Amino acid sequence: MNSNTQEVMTDYKHEAVLVEGGLTRSDIEEFVARPLDTKPDKKFLIAITISGSMLLLGALCVGLTFWFGVGLWGNNQPVGWGFGIVNFVYWIGIGHAGTLISAILFLLRQRWRTGIARFAEAMTIFAVMCAGLFPIIHMGRPWLAGYLLPYPNQHALWPNFTSPLVWDVFAVSTYFTVSLVFWYIGLIPDFASLRDRTKTKLKKIIYSIFSLGWRHSHRNWQHYEKAYLILAGFATPLVLSVHTIVSFDFAVSIVPGWHTTIFPPYFVAGAVFSGFAMVVLVLVFVRKLFNLEHIITVTHLERMNKIMMATGMMVGYGYAMEFFIAWYSGNPFEQFVFISRALGPYAFTYWIMISCNVIIPQLFWFKRFRRSIPVMLAIAILVNVGMWMERFVIVVTSLHRDFLPSSWGMFIPTLTDFGILIGSFGLFFTLVILFTKTLPVVSIAEVKAVSEGAQPSHGDGH
Amino acid sequence: MERLKKFFRFNALSGEPVPAERTKKLFGITALFDTPDQIIHAADKISGHYKDFDVNTPYPLHGMDKAMKLKPSKLGFITLVFGLSGTVFALLFMGWAMTLDYPMIIGGKPFFSLPAFIPITFEVTVLLATLSTVIGMLTFFFNYPENNHPLVDTPYLRSVSVDKFGICIYASDTHFDEGNVKNLLMELGGKNIELVYYPQKESYPIFEPKFLIFLAIVAVITSGGTYITLNKLMYLPPFDFMLWQEKTTVQSKSHFYSDQFGMRTPVEGTVARGFLPYMYSGLPQPAQTLVNPLLPDKENLELGEKKYFTFCSPCHGNYADGDSRLNQQFPNPPSLHTDRARNFSDGMIYHIITNGQNIMPSYASQITREERWAITNYIRVLQRAKNAKETDLEFARRHGSLYDKVD
Repeated sequence: MNSNTQEVMTDYKHEAVLVEGGLTRSDIEEFVARPLDTKPDKKFLIAITISGSMLLLGALCVGLTFWFGVGLWGNNQPVGWGFGIVNFVYWIGIGHAGTLISAILFLLRQRWRTGIARFAEAMTIFAVMCAGLFPIIHMGRPWLAGYLLPYPNQHALWPNFTSPLVWDVFAVSTYFTVSLVFWYIGLIPDFASLRDRTKTKLKKIIYSIFSLGWRHSHRNWQHYEKAYLILAGFATPLVLSVHTIVSFDFAVSIVPGWHTTIFPPYFVAGAVFSGFAMVVLVLVFVRKLFNLEHIITVTHLERMNKIMMATGMMVGYGYAMEFFIAWYSGNPFEQFVFISRALGPYAFTYWIMISCNVIIPQLFWFKRFRRSIPVMLAIAILVNVGMWMERFVIVVTSLHRDFLPSSWGMFIPTLTDFGILIGSFGLFFTLVILFTKTLPVVSIAEVKAVSEGAQPSHGDGH
Repeated sequence: MERLKKFFRFNALSGEPVPAERTKKLFGITALFDTPDQIIHAADKISGHYKDFDVNTPYPLHGMDKAMKLKPSKLGFITLVFGLSGTVFALLFMGWAMTLDYPMIIGGKPFFSLPAFIPITFEVTVLLATLSTVIGMLTFFFNYPENNHPLVDTPYLRSVSVDKFGICIYASDTHFDEGNVKNLLMELGGKNIELVYYPQKESYPIFEPKFLIFLAIVAVITSGGTYITLNKLMYLPPFDFMLWQEKTTVQSKSHFYSDQFGMRTPVEGTVARGFLPYMYSGLPQPAQTLVNPLLPDKENLELGEKKYFTFCSPCHGNYADGDSRLNQQFPNPPSLHTDRARNFSDGMIYHIITNGQNIMPSYASQITREERWAITNYIRVLQRAKNAKETDLEFARRHGSLYDKVD
């Protein structure tokens, strides 16, 4: 039961041990399912009170916005896109880590993903929920959001299918649906295990409904594994397409600072970067609170930190390349925007972004820091601050200096703006906290499959 | 409620799960194994003897497909068919909407701009492919939901759910024999060999009154809620804020202007688009220079006829006889067939329509210039018709009616 006994394997020909402490398969089920069987403790209640209050604050600010209109927000000409879009892009980015872990790492046969995949997928779904709220509350008349969908209507009109904003509607809703299906498919065997395990009536009814009568049959497993592979195969290009399309919202326009072809890859890298930071941030607490240190090990966290560092450097390359192109293109408007980013009235946001996203993650070159919980916690928080600032820099600094100096202006966020931002964090953490108490935070079936002696010794399936 | 309890198999008092009542009909024989190696070996042996059997493992085991002699999964075909149909549907739909149904030039691009259609085509393809794969697998391949399967709620499945590996040989197999199966399982090292019987069939008639009442209530609530949301709620604050505009509507009071008229007269000298100032307004006689610019032809006579019937005939009568349809609510004007009226120049008739005369008001704001000249021409036709010459009759006889559209 001592989590520090396991040394990291340096021999990369062998898979590192994924489940520490010699847990048997029934132990794994016991550890993962225990939080679902126990009554909420004090820590849980404190956590849900804090996040619930944040959520209420956000709900209040959204209600005020609905009643009085978006005039309560700081956006106005020339900065028409303020916190609404910044938060949308930020939350969509947070969602990307889950699909990356569950789909891309699955296709790359990274079996260590099993310990964290379920949690990251759940975070994807909650983050996309938060993201989806912002364009809707930004619309002014959010109750008419249905106009975004192409349905035969009395206006005899269709949405403009050549507009990136309509692509966004399709991309985000497809992403949410596919993530939800992917998550549910992974949950079915666990629902069956919980159904056979529970002693309470209500839980038994709920688990029976969601398990669909799953009986761990290999005739089902055979198709199930195929379906999982197909879904992973589709989710991989999907996750890349979603942030690409989000970046098209900017890149397809002709605003200096937005009109650039590096946006799609640089947005995707940034999304994975911030998403991994958020997963690390939440997992550090979850593994501690629910005694899952043997299943979500420091090795898992270290590997995520490595991916964070890699994507952080990709983002840094994006920043450098934007400046290079501004100079190389010889376009004076482009050059002006980038000089004003680094030295203009919003320079502090730019330097927060650079230091949090490019400089601080370099600490992960040292193994000591990669495996240190306090260091990774601090860096994960700073990376999230930095990535939120990145979206602020992209949206606001590109707009606040228009082509004509007579149209220059400043964007000053209002209290309502901040209230809604805090509310979105409240929504996200409330959903995460409720999730930890209602569903298995680790995929029981998948972790059993990678525990010691789980596969036939002379199996020819390898 | 009793049915629900039975359905989920609970002891109503203790809340403990109770196994479903079983019939005497045998479903199959189950055995449990401890290690993956044992179960692979057992599946390999059993697949040589029986076809109707299943292996239940808490997670998929490598090499089990081969041991059970399973054919490769055909699930990919569903994905292929639905994915491709998503691609085709999205492209065709967007092409139809943007080129045929509502073509609009956007950014100077062609109506069918393929590059701009690719993102949505891709998303629709992915959505249809994944949803069809999952739904097809669960319903078509697995026949789920199936909570009443004989193996559900057996001690066998409860062990498998945790960490045991099980084999179940179905009684439906052609070579099934209770004794032989038991011996075989025993030989292979199976433990907890048990017989599983079919559960009691429970029926849930859909025409039960309670269920029908429930359905009716759901229907009323759903449709009523939709009606209230769309027809009432949308017109309550704040959803109606488009109606709260600070504007003055026609014939409403305005507190902004000192005369409190909402409607404003234009600044003096303002010329409306398409109108020229009429220099003879207010004068009894137009200058001799006011000359009819239109030669009478079929087109402008038809226009004149239409406008005459609309604006002139209520007082002047259908044939300009001065026989008003207004039943003395308004004094009858004189006939237009008098010598005086016949000797008016075209310019004079036009001037009277434009300027008004005696109690006849000005029609300048209602009838355009061209229409006034067309009415003038039509009045000439009416006058000529009442005072036709012999030559006109000759002409009509030869050519048919000169103007045969007047009833």
